Amino acid sequence: MSCCQDHQHYDREVLAGFIEGYRGQPSGLIQVLSKIQQTTGFLPKDLMATTAERLDLSLTEVYGTASFYAFFTFRPRGRHGITLCNGTACYVKGAGQVLDSLEKELNIRAGDTTGDRKYSLDVVRCIGCCALAPVITIDEDVYAGVDPEKVPEILEKYE
Amino acid sequence: MAKVKLTIDNNTVEVEQGTSVLEAARQIGIKIPTLCYLKEINVIGACRLCIVKVQGARSYMASCTLPAAEGMVIWTHTPGLRQARRMIMELILSDHPMECLTCMRHGRCELQTMAESLGVRDIRFQRVSKTMYEKDESSPSIIREPKKCIYCRRCVSVCNSVQTVHAIGPQLRGFNTVIAPPYNLPLDKSVCVNCGQCSLVCPVGAIYEKDDTDRAWAALADPSKHVVVQTAPATRVTMGEAFGLPPGTPVTGRMVAALRRLGFDRVFDTDFTADLTIIEEGNELLHRVKNGGVLPQITSCSPGWIKFIEHFYPELLDHLSSAKSPQQMFGSLAKTFYAQKAGIDPKDIVVVSIMPCTAKKYEALRPEMEDSGYRDVDIVLTSRELGRMLKEACIDLANLPDEEYDDPLGLSTGAAAIFGATGGVMEAALRTVYEVVTGETLGNIDLVQVRGLEGIKEATIDLKGLPVKVLVAHGLKHARALMDRLKAGELKDYHFIEVMCCPGGCIGGGGQPIGTNSEMRQLRIDGIYKVDSAMEYRKSHENPAVKELYEQFLGEPLSEKSHHLLHTKYTGRSNHPEIGE
Ligand code: SF4
Ligand code: SF4
Ligand code: SF4
Ligand code: FES
Repeated sequence: MSCCQDHQHYDREVLAGFIEGYRGQPSGLIQVLSKIQQTTGFLPKDLMATTAERLDLSLTEVYGTASFYAFFTFRPRGRHGITLCNGTACYVKGAGQVLDSLEKELNIRAGDTTGDRKYSLDVVRCIGCCALAPVITIDEDVYAGVDPEKVPEILEKYE
Repeated sequence: MAKVKLTIDNNTVEVEQGTSVLEAARQIGIKIPTLCYLKEINVIGACRLCIVKVQGARSYMASCTLPAAEGMVIWTHTPGLRQARRMIMELILSDHPMECLTCMRHGRCELQTMAESLGVRDIRFQRVSKTMYEKDESSPSIIREPKKCIYCRRCVSVCNSVQTVHAIGPQLRGFNTVIAPPYNLPLDKSVCVNCGQCSLVCPVGAIYEKDDTDRAWAALADPSKHVVVQTAPATRVTMGEAFGLPPGTPVTGRMVAALRRLGFDRVFDTDFTADLTIIEEGNELLHRVKNGGVLPQITSCSPGWIKFIEHFYPELLDHLSSAKSPQQMFGSLAKTFYAQKAGIDPKDIVVVSIMPCTAKKYEALRPEMEDSGYRDVDIVLTSRELGRMLKEACIDLANLPDEEYDDPLGLSTGAAAIFGATGGVMEAALRTVYEVVTGETLGNIDLVQVRGLEGIKEATIDLKGLPVKVLVAHGLKHARALMDRLKAGELKDYHFIEVMCCPGGCIGGGGQPIGTNSEMRQLRIDGIYKVDSAMEYRKSHENPAVKELYEQFLGEPLSEKSHHLLHTKYTGRSNHPEIGE
């Protein structure tokens, strides 16, 4: 498997060395998983298997632990992270239509990444700026009072 | 061992230190409700139904995980406890699908029974919605129905600690939690070995055997088919249980009568091919010893064990005997030798097996199992499924007269019967190997060193100056321990190893009656040896029908025809099939 599968260049050897450092130590699982995620942006399947192998755990336990924490993700992320707020205020103000529009435009469901790895789309519970509802953020940019019709226009700004 | 004295419901009891309050109470006949607890296997305090009141403690405590301590004062059934248990039960039921009438476990469900006995009549909590995952019907052996799961984790403990397979475990979290293979993949994409031990312990209808009874009914109702049935060694001491007989009661003749009444055209016996397995496998062992072949040779009749070694120790596959299991030998002979003899076109023969085992369903479907030119075994039913069929047909097995198996695949020896218990294949093989090698008649044929529930057993048999060293393991945890020793080069001077996937051997198979525990295993083992000692022939090579089979059809052991029909090959597999290529 190539190390460039997620378009992020990271040194697989270094990572393998790091995992190797925890050989036979099941209690090091969280440290190892965090390191993998920091380095690659997500938890690739083959590295999960390597982790299981080295730390004397089963893949069932490794995935079980990783999937327990919302912090870990199992799919590569897009270059741009879109977050849609679905807190009470945004919900009332039509976040649902904005989500529909985003999903249609990007052709993915919330939680997924586009095939070209350009965008990832996530829904969160309230990002704390209810006066601006409905809100989406793309990377560091905040878009307030989003009109579902304007979604394609917003997306056009990103390369 | 230090002892501690405590008081439970005003009774004093003295127990060994480390005993739980739950077990201490049981010792003096006080029962406390439990749901997640599985003695020595799952002791995790998950369900909280076993709570008790402890003098001086601020809250109720789970008695299954609470160690008894000196001077402890415990109450097990106060009004407060009753109320709390009922509330816990209501909480468990608040996200449970109420589908009892159509559920696999209807009438035999621990959750149902518990709700009944705790007097739950109403559920005061709003029904919250956990994720109702789809049924997983991908496996040929095991069905998962996660929406019925109560997260007791018995299956996980059995799969992890008894079998060391780790196929399933808790994945995701909160209302999305599911007991599943990693990545919430279907079971057939995992390392699951189809042993069905999880289905023996699940208290509810969340993990159970794939039901093939409809296919069997259809075959029986089809006038163009000649439907023959074979019965595995272990089923003759467990089939009575569904009809109220004590575990271990031999019901061979009654089972034959019951199968005939169901409408099978011929009732044959897997024991016949168990004898044949001994001849082929015993000769293979002698061949390896004489010709410097790979030793120790390891038995190959347990399909869960086969899949286990294929996934976890593919580098050791050369140690496996190439002999097929008795079930598969039967299938390939039924559609060749028997078809010829009876003058029936093999395409019209349907072979049904009655097995103690869910993995046998998978074995019958392995792509290579069609040496007869047809699928060798068509339908595999567990003893639980046969029990259900007989009940549906209103056949009360317990009260039937004894009947005899049909010829020519019905005659067997005591050596074949003991295949059903751990150590049995080894004992059967040695009864034959001894006489073949020494040319002498074995005086005492009972090889007691390899009998019983000890996890790993060992014996050395003197074949007139040639010491033969053997090992026996049952339950995959013990098999794994032996394979690690084999890999480390520690078993070089051993000749033969028997491995059975399930604890106790086939009498404890994953298709056997629900609730199988160590006491029941021992009773069934006792039953098996009773069957053995009552047989006219007790050594496989004395079976006249097997001799005839060689004379008329196969030629000799390990002949070309034997190799073609009775031997097989194995497939190395990944230990992480879940991650794909
Ligand atoms: S698992 Fe038990 S309680 Fe649940 S639907 Fe089935 S029979 Fe009823
Ligand atoms: S059938 Fe056996 S291996 Fe498969 S999940 Fe159940 S206990 Fe584990
Ligand atoms: S599947 Fe059955 S045994 Fe396993 S956790 Fe769920 S209820 Fe318990
Ligand atoms: S039986 Fe003790 S917590 Fe479930």
